[in-house]
Amino acid sequence: MNTQPSLYWKLNDHFVMAGRCIRHLTRNLDNLLIVIILPVMMMLLFATVFGGAIRIDGDGNYVNYIVPGILLICIGYSASTTAVSVNTDLSQGIVDRFRSMPIAKSAFITGYVIASVFRNIVSTIVLILAAFVLGFTPKASLAEWLVIALILLLYAVAMTYLSTIFGLLAKTPEGAGAFGFVMLFLPYLSSAFVPLDTLPTALRIFAEHQPITILVEALRSLLASTSTSHMAGAILWCLGIVVVSAYIAGQLFKHKTSS
Amino acid sequence: MGVDLDIQKGSIFCLLGSNGAGKTTIVKILSTLLKADSGEASLCGYDVKKNANQVRSAISLTGQYAAVDGLLTARENLRMVGRLSHVQDASSKTDALLEQFSLTNAADRPVSTFSGGMRRRLDIAMSLIGKPEIIFLDEPTTGLDPQSRIAMWKVIREMAGTGVTVFLTTQYIEEAEQLADHIAVLHQGTIIAQGSAQELKSMLASRSILLGFADQAPYLAAQQKLDGHSYTIHDDAMSISVITDGSVKQLAALLADINGIDIAFLEQKQASLEDVFLTLVSK
Repeated sequence: MNTQPSLYWKLNDHFVMAGRCIRHLTRNLDNLLIVIILPVMMMLLFATVFGGAIRIDGDGNYVNYIVPGILLICIGYSASTTAVSVNTDLSQGIVDRFRSMPIAKSAFITGYVIASVFRNIVSTIVLILAAFVLGFTPKASLAEWLVIALILLLYAVAMTYLSTIFGLLAKTPEGAGAFGFVMLFLPYLSSAFVPLDTLPTALRIFAEHQPITILVEALRSLLASTSTSHMAGAILWCLGIVVVSAYIAGQLFKHKTSS
Repeated sequence: MGVDLDIQKGSIFCLLGSNGAGKTTIVKILSTLLKADSGEASLCGYDVKKNANQVRSAISLTGQYAAVDGLLTARENLRMVGRLSHVQDASSKTDALLEQFSLTNAADRPVSTFSGGMRRRLDIAMSLIGKPEIIFLDEPTTGLDPQSRIAMWKVIREMAGTGVTVFLTTQYIEEAEQLADHIAVLHQGTIIAQGSAQELKSMLASRSILLGFADQAPYLAAQQKLDGHSYTIHDDAMSISVITDGSVKQLAALLADINGIDIAFLEQKQASLEDVFLTLVSK
């Protein structure tokens, strides 16, 4: 018997935990709504309700303009539901069982992250299809699409790790759910839906520097195939959040479950 | 805390105590969930602090609240824990355990639809799939109806029959008496007595005198007269057990004390474990 589980069993543990979280997704109607309905409703709402009223520069196609923002809202909100799952799990005996088993420590949190990425892949595809129906005309090359996919993937992972922190810190599942509001509203304070020069100064300064704006600009220019100027910034922001929040989440999980 | 335990391999060990006595804390320390402030504990030769992973490979924990995943089916729960226990043939073991615990018909239903008894059975099946050497059952029958409780006792006995060491906690004296080879009485974090049910009984009192009453009035009057004796009352049966050393002298003294009170019957019997427990705890 080894002191440390072998690499094979470590991978096994991560897959089993991810499989558990993915099964949970299919058992819960709320999840289905978030994965399928939310992206479609957001696209419809912005393209048809606000689309007529907001004038933007460039090619004037508002659908093209809002796709990055809506992608980030949907991914952020979907990732934020992890906070509720983590918090609910912690209040149940099943976590004690996992902890009394010789399984890889990181598997518990990684399970959520893999499931969240899986869910986001589905909802992102739904969203992009809906966008095409409403008149989305991206000009990105295959290579640019791959970079877009990478940025979205990193964003999903970053927001899920961040969300596990809230799940571990919150006292109740309802409290953990509040993180969803942050993810739902933060993109509005960015260049996602309106040009920044329309904002009051204080908000504009915040909006110009917050990571969502950098991500939106990077995605928007990649989709339009115009420049790659914000690409590195976007990737670095996401990677930074992943590293910091994964570390904090790991420490919190250890602390929270040993007292 | 004053806890010093020595548990025989392949036996049923029972930690008996009231709510808040510290039973769950001891289980958590031994199952590596909690670090003890001081002292040492080892299971199957592995130290719980230094070799936590080896200990985890040897044990299985069934917590106070059924440690099952309500959103998954019984089959999925078993398979998941089987894979996490790193057993090679989790699927065939799952089928065998579903059969053994009479869950085959409900195997593909979400566990959230299960009754309390079914959840506990699944919980124990999940604990067995990894072939543990020691299984911790923290209050396995709390909240179960009498029928499910008796079914659970049968499961626990069968489990011990296969050579697994069972570490059981309970607040029910009858459960300890029914199941355990060895009982330790825990009170406010300290083991106040331990031994087999038989040893515990003989340790305290060799005999008890059971006084039965036909009416409330003599029942209450007798209690007034028993100040000098150690006794427990049974309100539902309107009877009193008085603990004695079995000597005629003490019996005569008792009879003198309650002289004149209308007693329906008097019976001399061996002290029950309940008498022992209540006497120990009230000291």
